[in-house]
Amino acid sequence: MKLNKIFKNTLLVLAACLVLSACATKKEVATDVQGQMQGDVYTGTDTVEYLADGVPDRVFFATNESILTTASRETLRAQAAWLRKNPNINVVLEGHADERGTREYNLALGERRANAAKDYLMTYGISSDRITVLSYGKERPVDSGSNPLAWSKNRRSVTVKAN
Amino acid sequence: MTKKILILLFILIPIKANALIEVDITRGNLNPLPLAVSPLSIDEESRKGFEKILKKENIGSEISNIVENNLRTSGLFNPLDKKAFLQAPDIANLKPRFEDWNLIKAQALITGKVNYIDDKLRVEFRLWDVLAAKEMMALAFTTVPNNWRRVGHIISDKVYERLTGEKGYFDTRIIYVSEEGPKTQRIKKLAIMDQDGANNKFLTLGNELVLTPRFNPASQMVTYLSYFKNMPRVYLLDIETGTQEVVGDFPGMTFAPRFSPDGKKIIMSFAKDGKSDIYTMDLENRIVEKITNHPSIDTSPSYSPDGKYITFNSDRSGYQQIYVMKNDGSDVKRISFGNGLYGTPVWSPRGDLIAFTKLHKGKFYIGVMRTDGSGERLLTENYYQEAPSWSPNGRVLIFYRETKTNSKGEGFSAKLWSIDLTGYNERQIKTPTDASDPSWSSLLSN
Repeated sequence: MKLNKIFKNTLLVLAACLVLSACATKKEVATDVQGQMQGDVYTGTDTVEYLADGVPDRVFFATNESILTTASRETLRAQAAWLRKNPNINVVLEGHADERGTREYNLALGERRANAAKDYLMTYGISSDRITVLSYGKERPVDSGSNPLAWSKNRRSVTVKAN
Repeated sequence: MTKKILILLFILIPIKANALIEVDITRGNLNPLPLAVSPLSIDEESRKGFEKILKKENIGSEISNIVENNLRTSGLFNPLDKKAFLQAPDIANLKPRFEDWNLIKAQALITGKVNYIDDKLRVEFRLWDVLAAKEMMALAFTTVPNNWRRVGHIISDKVYERLTGEKGYFDTRIIYVSEEGPKTQRIKKLAIMDQDGANNKFLTLGNELVLTPRFNPASQMVTYLSYFKNMPRVYLLDIETGTQEVVGDFPGMTFAPRFSPDGKKIIMSFAKDGKSDIYTMDLENRIVEKITNHPSIDTSPSYSPDGKYITFNSDRSGYQQIYVMKNDGSDVKRISFGNGLYGTPVWSPRGDLIAFTKLHKGKFYIGVMRTDGSGERLLTENYYQEAPSWSPNGRVLIFYRETKTNSKGEGFSAKLWSIDLTGYNERQIKTPTDASDPSWSSLLSN
């Protein structure tokens, strides 16, 4: 919620920069961030890897949230279809949080995010026996930056092949 | 180890009951008490004896340096420059010339003597009230020479206690997580050191991620979270023997462990199906009890010192807030109502306060509030800091702080810091590597 506010403020500042043509160098950053986040959920593809052609390995979350976005549900449906086609593959869902929270709460939040993904895969016919949930909290960020975009890449659940 | 480092303590002369100098530690220490720590005197034969065993040229000076450093870092005392001392250490210990010490504005004086007797270290020390020209305390210790640092810490504790009326916190250790490597792939190890940073030792090799070690307040046992075999679980570690074991048999992640005040139970969170609840496990009979039962995240539990209550944080209101309940999970009450999110509540060993981490408007604070949530006081603000742990006397908090990285994601660091309950005397505690998740032991001796 707060990060959302920060993010909006950043956009406002950047928007102001766009009006003042003197900030030409910042223009790129503004469109870049805008293109990669919706609300404060990451929508870019920089960090995404693929389990198979057209099957992204991860979904992203808003600050303090574990609700799946429309894009996340689409990703998970693709993962479910791929898992149905490959019944011998089991997966670990690794849940992560950004660095802006206390360590222990973030461990729980990572678990909750990975479980949201697990529940969705299960509704698309994947047996819970094939899915292990593992939370890393804020211990394994993909982006070491201290800014809203980096944090949005780190709030994720990644589906990893277990075998 | 505790047994081996038993220190014999004799009271040389009964302590006089009437208080002479007093230091008020409940207020900000803007005027630390000026005192003189005279080097402990040592005869030539003893000096040589210790030099041979301990490789220290003058163990008397070394011990007094420990005392001086402890008293200075407490922020309550101002140890004066030794160069200004007029009286020789051995004479001062027999009978201080109070005019001389008064002249350099010392209000208290510590003197003492070290002897090498039968392969043992014998230390006597005296605390003098300079203005009243009186001896306040005199004690002697006999121990194995290797314990010389601890002797310095015990002397510091005795002086602190005599001058403030409260127990000290110098003969203690800190367990923490040592951190190395890039932020995206940190190597973390359990490490332990004396409260002043000496005797740093690594307890794990860094092969698996380890987090949140906490001391048993009743012994030198530790509970912590380890990702051994990629399964995040609560473990128990005996520092003396190095033995480790998993706590309980939970089908999923256990985390956020702490001991009960009597050391007989571990309280922790167990996460399953997106919910985290609080459980206890009795270490003797292994009986597991579920304490909270709520679809929210309930974590970071901490007992009150009498064991009757538990404080924890939960997002059952929608956001992370602090709650207090009875030890059976009944009578849950939310106590944090300020703006922002609240986490990591830790009950003070004195029982009257709960320390916490607060996140508000993009800043992190370490603060304290009374156990009913009133009287919130923020002690320090920063980009990121959390996980306060109390000194055993409830006067100082240790926590860790992380820095913001630059636009390239560089410049990350994590360090240990301490601050007085008064909000004064904030200082970094030096560690050989980056550090986080500190936990303060109880006093090793009393």
